[in-house]
Amino acid sequence: MPLPLLLPAVLGLVFLILPVIGLLARVPWATLPHRLTSPEVLDALRLSVLTATAATVCCLVLGVPLAWLLARVTFPGRRIVRALITVPLVLPPVVGGIALLLALGRRGLVGQWLDETFGIALPFTTAGVVVAESFVALPFLVIAVEGALRGADVRYEEAAATLGAGRWTTFTHVTLPLVGPGIAAGAVLCWARALGEFGATITFAGNFPGVTQTMPLAVYQTMESGDLDGAVVLSLILLAVSVTVLAALRDRWLTAP
Amino acid sequence: MTLLDAHLVVERGTFRLDIALTVAAGETVALLGPNGAGKTTALRALAGLTPLSGGHLRLGDRELTRTPPEQRPIGVVFQDYLLFPHLSARDNVAFGPRRHGADRRAAHAVADRWLERVGLAEHARRKPRQLSGGQAQRVALARALAVDPELLLLDEPLAALDARTRLDTRAELHRHLGAHPGAALLVTHDPLDALVLADRLVIVEGGRVVQEGDAATITARPRTDYVAQLVGLNLFRGRGTGTHVEVAGGFALTTAEAVHGNAFVAFPPSAVALFTRQPDGSPRNTWPAVLRDIQRHGDNLRVRLDGPITVAADITPAAAAHLDLVPGRQLWAAVKATETRVYPDL
Amino acid sequence: MRTLRAGLALLIAFGAAGCGDDDTSAAVTGQVSVFAAASLTESFTTIGKQFEAAHPGTTVTFNFAGSSALATQINEGAPADVFASAAPKNMATVTDAGNASGAPVTFARNQLVIATGKGDPKTIAGLADLTKPGLKVALCAEAVPCGAAAKTALDAAGVKLTPVTLEQDVKAALSKVKLGEVDAALVYRTDAKAAAADVDAVEFPESAQAVNDYPIVVLKEAKNPAGAQAFVDYVGSADGEKVLTEAGFQAP
Repeated sequence: MPLPLLLPAVLGLVFLILPVIGLLARVPWATLPHRLTSPEVLDALRLSVLTATAATVCCLVLGVPLAWLLARVTFPGRRIVRALITVPLVLPPVVGGIALLLALGRRGLVGQWLDETFGIALPFTTAGVVVAESFVALPFLVIAVEGALRGADVRYEEAAATLGAGRWTTFTHVTLPLVGPGIAAGAVLCWARALGEFGATITFAGNFPGVTQTMPLAVYQTMESGDLDGAVVLSLILLAVSVTVLAALRDRWLTAP
Repeated sequence: MTLLDAHLVVERGTFRLDIALTVAAGETVALLGPNGAGKTTALRALAGLTPLSGGHLRLGDRELTRTPPEQRPIGVVFQDYLLFPHLSARDNVAFGPRRHGADRRAAHAVADRWLERVGLAEHARRKPRQLSGGQAQRVALARALAVDPELLLLDEPLAALDARTRLDTRAELHRHLGAHPGAALLVTHDPLDALVLADRLVIVEGGRVVQEGDAATITARPRTDYVAQLVGLNLFRGRGTGTHVEVAGGFALTTAEAVHGNAFVAFPPSAVALFTRQPDGSPRNTWPAVLRDIQRHGDNLRVRLDGPITVAADITPAAAAHLDLVPGRQLWAAVKATETRVYPDL
Repeated sequence: MRTLRAGLALLIAFGAAGCGDDDTSAAVTGQVSVFAAASLTESFTTIGKQFEAAHPGTTVTFNFAGSSALATQINEGAPADVFASAAPKNMATVTDAGNASGAPVTFARNQLVIATGKGDPKTIAGLADLTKPGLKVALCAEAVPCGAAAKTALDAAGVKLTPVTLEQDVKAALSKVKLGEVDAALVYRTDAKAAAADVDAVEFPESAQAVNDYPIVVLKEAKNPAGAQAFVDYVGSADGEKVLTEAGFQAP
């Protein structure tokens, strides 16, 4: 085992694990049950789960057809479309939040029209949180599902066609069940990303307890106001959720190929 | 009565498929050819999975040239069956009837009837991965037949099976094809499948039909090296002047029957006799040959010989021991004129 | 190996240079790191430049954020020389933790105004108007001084207000007005003034009930205590006072 490889490898591992240990070391175990059940924490948790789930549903409704389009239909500019989809992946979420404000805010490109025509204003609403989370999480879903679709054998779809199934029936009765596990994995990843969303949410949707203050925003606000113990407790909940998600997906990602 | 009348033209890069096919109701036609001949492309074109670049496709009085696959009255048994892995055997078979408007109960009834017919009634609830290869093949057949197709297409239906299962399944498939009232087209590279299952053979090479007819005609009078190899004959093309046919390189074969003009000469490997010295006596074709290789062939040995003409010869092991057969050995080959078959190249 | 040894030598040389800085205790030089409330962004940036000009060899670096965030960061060991808070409460967080060197000094006072869109399109004249139906208002979170002051002022006026968002510092609240996402926000007079191109400032009488004192202090863990003290002194000087007043602060 060559040392120049082993040493950085161990350091890298410690670097990744140490902060989590630091977090766990500061957990106020004595007051934990009391804090976990406080109305503020439960409010933020309820809102987080609700918005992340709604965002995942939005991503499924929009993302699965988009992934299908990318995987199954040849059209000019497909590579450009795929590149555009990955933009929110590399964009800092705060920038995403600003972009959303400029597009869907009260004075935004589309938001102005929405406000004037339907009286719909997304910022500072729970729907706004769902929009911000969907924006950030959608690429994860599209990429996961497109990969699953590309891996699936199109000849099953051809077999369905020879049995009299049109494209829509083939999609719902054959393609979807075939890539079901891929979609489920993408949805879990998407949900986890939405749950952890901070930058785009606070920028686009603002911060108000019970309406737009999700768990990560609550962590930040609690930390800002000097309540370190409170912030640690909230972080612990998010950490527990992350670990659960990883455990659920371990067969898919944690086993070496 | 011709049911299927097709002229299939598919152009893909440098490959061009251009074949005409007719199949009568109740008839099974085998499309036989080497790999890359265009057999599967033809089948996909018939099913509507590959668009035609030209030609036409008619089934009965229906024009199907531009009809999408889901609207064609055609059933397909795919090479590796492509049973939907998430559905039970029963739901796989019921899939077609459901798409053709049957409600769930009716579709299941149809599926159960077909599974019964292929002897898998007790496996109806199994998923494809719980079925053996032979069982999966039968489910695939039931699935394709459950929509009452006017044309049944089978793509190498037995290729994925082991030898033992193959024998049983072939016999069973033969029974089902016999009972099928519509037309059936079988794509295969296995001459035995074609001979057993089909009423008529269409040989395809390089995207074109090179020979077609019933099994007896094709085995007796092959017209290409591929077909000659399939039926196990030495075949030479040449020019006949009476009982002499001049083949490649100016070598002349003497035949029992007279022929004039372009002609084929064929003889089985068992007709070739080998000698260490030039034999005499007549009427015989003799020529010096060099042994290229030697293989077991049933109870005998099959040797391949280079020389003025390249031939295969079958000899007994005893004869082989007597001749001291090693590659590179100089020999004399002889074929009696009466053992040759000669027929005109039209 | 040779490269490694050369690298080590270089590291040691830099380390020594760093230690050397700490030893020069009397002269005002080197880097001064100032953690200051977000509402001080414009005025302290100006003061910092003037300070650098007055003391050649010094550089001032700023960390502007909500006072509560800064207090938390300092208590968690962030490397800072000076802390300027927008309220005594957040200063107390630091002094109570024993992280200040000496007693804080109040150097400025600030008052709240209502920031509205340019031209006051919703005709907001006072706190009571903020409860008009359909009106969207941003406040600072209560943990930050502008939020605490807003609560005091609203309580004093007897106005019950549900904002749409609680922003983490005064600049974030103001930017929501600039973007037009909210119709009004309670911000400091100084912030509204700095953004006069985009927003109007509406004065209201209850703001007198919620005047914010801005304390400043040299921190105990300061790496450059001399530079830090010199900066604090400069903020309190006539030059510093002038910049603050021009920005809209009141003298203590």
